[in-house]
Amino acid sequence: MSDIASRVKAIIVEKLGVDESEVTPEASFTNDLGADSLDTVELIMEFEKEFNVAIPDDQAETIGTVGQAVAYLEKNVKA
Amino acid sequence: MEFKRVVVTGLGALTPIGNTVPEYWNSLINGVSGAAFIKSFDVEKFKTKFACEVKGFDADGFLGRKDARKLDPFVQYALFSTEEAVKDAGLDFEKLDTSRIGVIWGSGIGGLKTFLDEVVNFAKGDGTPKFNPFFIPKMIADIAPGHISIKYGLRGPNFTTVSACASSNNSLIDAFNYLRLGKANMFITGGSEAIINEAGIGGFNAMHALSTRNDDPATASRPFDLDRDGFVAGEGAGTIILEELGHAIKRGAKIYAEMVGGGMSADAYHMTAPHPDGLGASLVMKAALEDAGLTPADIDYVNVHGTSTPIGDPQEVKAIQDAFGEHAYRINISSTKSMTGHLLGAAGAVEAIASILALKNDIIPPTINHFTDDPAFDPKINFTFNTAQKRVVNIAQSNGFGFGGHNASVIFKKYQQ
Repeated sequence: MSDIASRVKAIIVEKLGVDESEVTPEASFTNDLGADSLDTVELIMEFEKEFNVAIPDDQAETIGTVGQAVAYLEKNVKA
Repeated sequence: MEFKRVVVTGLGALTPIGNTVPEYWNSLINGVSGAAFIKSFDVEKFKTKFACEVKGFDADGFLGRKDARKLDPFVQYALFSTEEAVKDAGLDFEKLDTSRIGVIWGSGIGGLKTFLDEVVNFAKGDGTPKFNPFFIPKMIADIAPGHISIKYGLRGPNFTTVSACASSNNSLIDAFNYLRLGKANMFITGGSEAIINEAGIGGFNAMHALSTRNDDPATASRPFDLDRDGFVAGEGAGTIILEELGHAIKRGAKIYAEMVGGGMSADAYHMTAPHPDGLGASLVMKAALEDAGLTPADIDYVNVHGTSTPIGDPQEVKAIQDAFGEHAYRINISSTKSMTGHLLGAAGAVEAIASILALKNDIIPPTINHFTDDPAFDPKINFTFNTAQKRVVNIAQSNGFGFGGHNASVIFKKYQQ
């Protein structure tokens, strides 16, 4: 697992109070991990803070699964 | 239209002197002080370094870490005391019409800690508004009854009353009135407050409202004592289940007491200072008596607002003497804030519980920390100083007065068929 993926996973475990094993790439924040609309906004904010990026709202709307978050961040975070 | 009768069928309390009703009552009748140095933040630069904090409350253990972090402490407290009351009342909501069960809750301020944390966080940044999405729904004062309704699926009337330190007396009166009018079968009511943080203590300190007796916190809350020097901040929650009598009888509920009256008034005088002659306080006690169809001579016990401030206590004594006349010498008066500190928006709820248990047990909880008589007070008045007193208590009255000049007073009576 990439460094980004493991940091994303840690944030999700912390914020959504889920078990690490549930945080698979296919897992949807709302359908599988119990997030509501506010949780999802908070997760995006936490990703922005952790990786020091700004995720525009139209981009944030495309991030619905763990894998989508990791892919977005791997593409947009400066190494 | 004839009013329906309203009874108390469940109690819950999370207080600085006990995290359950039995623990709270035991501390009340034994004169236990809940005041100590503040543990929740660094008090070094604060004028007042102590308060009556809730002790040993484990929010993560009670709610789970995920939910606990989405709830301000005033909501965590509300859910905790309500769980005790629901259990105490033997409520099985699956067997009840939940569209006829409401929640009316009191909070003077709401989520002050949440507000403080979020604004500090914003101020530390570069001006970009990065607020947590839970900021507003964690903070707003009405969110406590919202969460109670969500937890239990209660779809009756649901809102918060905000009248500073009279808030939960107002919630009791509103619930009482809706039940009397037949608008619901049951209310979860009461109040909660959690302001022991930098903003709360600093803000009340700036008003010179708090005691600064840092050399002896345990005796700092001394209502009606000559050397009283301000109130001691408290926190916690009290839940009272009010129920229409017929509904309570039908489900075989245990009945603690009957709620028989509520009075409301305003001082119309000053933002924070009480009316010097106790005009609003006298009016509210008379209004509650009239609402209950009682005369002053019917009252055995008054759980007073009595916050231990130099100007607040005398006006309440004047008001009691005005409202009760000669009978003022025959009632027991006590300020349980001498033990709990001042729970602000939750004060009315925890003091109503003290009054209800005084009725049930025929014991008057004391006004502790009395050292020196204040010559301003008539020595014939019985303030129940320092030790609890046994006496038959048929009817008890409980007062709450708030900044803004809001006054609300409630009356409970031993239940008789």
